[in-house]
Amino acid sequence: MSPGFQGRPRSAEPALPPGQYLTEDWPVLSAGPTPKVSLDTWEFVVTTETGAEFRWSWTELMGLPQETPTVDIHCVTRWSKLGTNWQAVSLDTLLEGIDTDARYALAHSYGGYTTNLPLEDLRGGRAWVAHAYEGGPLPAEHGGPARLLVPHLYFWKSAKWVRGIRLLVDDQPGFWETAGYHDYGDPWREQRYQGD
Amino acid sequence: MTDMSYLDGNMLDGPLREIFAVDLSTATGRCASCGTAGPMAGLHVFSHAPGLVGRCPVCGQVMLRLVRAPERAWLDLRGATVLELPMPLDQPHPGPL
Repeated sequence: MSPGFQGRPRSAEPALPPGQYLTEDWPVLSAGPTPKVSLDTWEFVVTTETGAEFRWSWTELMGLPQETPTVDIHCVTRWSKLGTNWQAVSLDTLLEGIDTDARYALAHSYGGYTTNLPLEDLRGGRAWVAHAYEGGPLPAEHGGPARLLVPHLYFWKSAKWVRGIRLLVDDQPGFWETAGYHDYGDPWREQRYQGD
Repeated sequence: MTDMSYLDGNMLDGPLREIFAVDLSTATGRCASCGTAGPMAGLHVFSHAPGLVGRCPVCGQVMLRLVRAPERAWLDLRGATVLELPMPLDQPHPGPL
């Protein structure tokens, strides 16, 4: 039978952004060696445009309200993984009470990686610092101890081994954004490369 | 270094041959971070990534990034201060001006 006259069946709803394919495993992508980060020295730092710094140790991060987002992730290399389960601290929690006029953010990682986002995209329950995956500690090759999780953008924006976020008045492109990749990276608009 | 997650710089030969007419795998590059000069073929290349990332084998800093889109390519060499390229002896050259 054809479902064509009954409206679009649920199974035909577009679960994947354009140009993506579904994967069940979890490919490891990395622009460099996996940094070894001890939880004793781990820290997360938010630096405002005036230079004010707000720091959390691992223990302090664990003491913040925890969330358990279930999200789909989309890599610019065209794989997508659906329904991934995380434990994480919302950026809303981390940014709460921080006085800033910044409109942009540059995440930076242990190992030197950077990626930029509009600050607005880190707010509104859409971005987290994630430290556990499917019930266990986040493996180092996937960004542990902690990584940024911003699933509504291509996954290169979800910086592995995240160490902090600089709040900026002017946009500052990061590691891949300075080498041809899109400044924003919305998978549903297929913003892979500059000019897309 | 025991990290096996990268390839050696010889793998850059094909991707860079597409960009340049010269064989860059025989070129020498100087790292902008630590100043070490060595063959581009000696870079540690991380290829399981949105692009190719060539790192200095001495200090680990990024010397080269190559991103390939269907109709465009981007080559970022800010991490390499200079490339020394072998040139054929029989090729005319202007010499110092």
